[in-house]
Amino acid sequence: MRILTTAGMVIGMAFSSAFADSPPLDPQRQNELVRLVRQDCGSCHGMELRGGLGPALTPQILKDKPATTLVSTILHGRPGTPMPPWKNFLSESEADWIVDNLQKGFPDAR
Amino acid sequence: MRARIPALLLLALGVLVGCANTNLRGTGDLGVVIERATGSVQILDTTHRTSLAKVDGLGDLSHASISYSRDARYAYVFGRDGGLTKVDLLTQRIDRRIIQGGNSIGGAISADGKLVAVANYEPGGVKVFDADTLSLVADIPAIGSDGKHSKVVGLVDAPGHRFVFSLYDAGEIWVADMRDPSQPVLRKLTGIGKEPYDGMITSDGRHYAAGLFGEDGVALLDLWDLDAGVRRALVEFGRHGEKLPVYKMPHLEGWATTGSQIVLPAVGKHEVIIADQNSWKEVARIPVAGQVVFAVARPGGREVWLNFAFPHNDTVQVVDLPSRRIVQTLTPGKGVLHLEFSPRGEQVWLSLRDENRIDIYDPDSFARIGTLPAESPSGIFFTVRAHRIGL
Repeated sequence: MRILTTAGMVIGMAFSSAFADSPPLDPQRQNELVRLVRQDCGSCHGMELRGGLGPALTPQILKDKPATTLVSTILHGRPGTPMPPWKNFLSESEADWIVDNLQKGFPDAR
Repeated sequence: MRARIPALLLLALGVLVGCANTNLRGTGDLGVVIERATGSVQILDTTHRTSLAKVDGLGDLSHASISYSRDARYAYVFGRDGGLTKVDLLTQRIDRRIIQGGNSIGGAISADGKLVAVANYEPGGVKVFDADTLSLVADIPAIGSDGKHSKVVGLVDAPGHRFVFSLYDAGEIWVADMRDPSQPVLRKLTGIGKEPYDGMITSDGRHYAAGLFGEDGVALLDLWDLDAGVRRALVEFGRHGEKLPVYKMPHLEGWATTGSQIVLPAVGKHEVIIADQNSWKEVARIPVAGQVVFAVARPGGREVWLNFAFPHNDTVQVVDLPSRRIVQTLTPGKGVLHLEFSPRGEQVWLSLRDENRIDIYDPDSFARIGTLPAESPSGIFFTVRAHRIGL
């Protein structure tokens, strides 16, 4: 039984580390990211994320798109379009957090 | 008793007339700042360096610009949500407001003050309104030669009753002849280059230039000679070295024209380009702190003030044109979104979005001479714009 529990814990740890290789974002960083998305991504995508020169980033538009593709777009940009890479300003887990929240409905900055 | 009433009436009338007189004022020293997060504007006074009023209820102003009526009393505010709001600077109230489209980017007013045109992203096109009533006069869907709807950018008013604008997706420049306002006659210039992202008209009203994102250089149209077509200018400036990521598109309305020279933000380069306004050839290139968003000439044209895209949007630099050197680097605060000079250039006002304030600088001493609270301020627009060609 003890062996089983330990094995289960090991599997569980390995599993969670595959999805989050860094600790969860603290609330302050989350606020910074909300501001960054609304204000700076908002330059092209609109502060309400309903689109501008760049496409809309609403849950309806994004919900069926694979999260890994969206994370990759944020980190590496889309060559041949105005979308720039953000990897110098965002970690992978931060990009994950942004995509997750965009697909759910992005928090309000106000 | 009978004699007393007329006397009282006269007194009351006198008081009323007196009030009316003290309320009279001009609008030449006024302006408007957009408060982008709250959908409000403030009415500003550059003589007393103060805010006169806050006006609420203008919708989503996350991207907004303004044109002024030719008497400089009314500000037409073009909002991101397709709202067109006419604000009365004297009564400090909304005079009229309509939702004219889905997603707009800017507009212009005709030289005679009768028509207000709005450029829309979604659905792409231009709508033209009666400036008094905001009733629709003409609707120009932007369907490019590829048969698809296109976002419209860089809308300006040009001499000869014309509006000029660019189609971002289709890569076209259209000239709309508005002599019969309800029946615009369109001249479409196609294949002008990939992704024109904004346009501007020179202060003399002769040239329309569209900046290209997808290709090098600018698409240039001589409005005195449409038959000559669109030619490419300043191609060389995109060709040196690797392009850097652009975290905010430059605004071309801010391209500074200073007599014989024009100062442009390079796209994907931390440089400004100085070009000769007659030949449209590059004469110099100056390294700067980041991707320039606005390059604004001080009235008189000796200096050009620059602000920058993320992550350098805490910085402002000043280029001295005779020496072609950066003479000042300021870090006024986080999120410098816009800058606007008073009509004769003795003050410059900066909006600091992340600091929730507007700062006022003396452009000679670079000293801060005032500050005003504002919620997420973005564009600052003084009424001197009422009398500039194109806006």
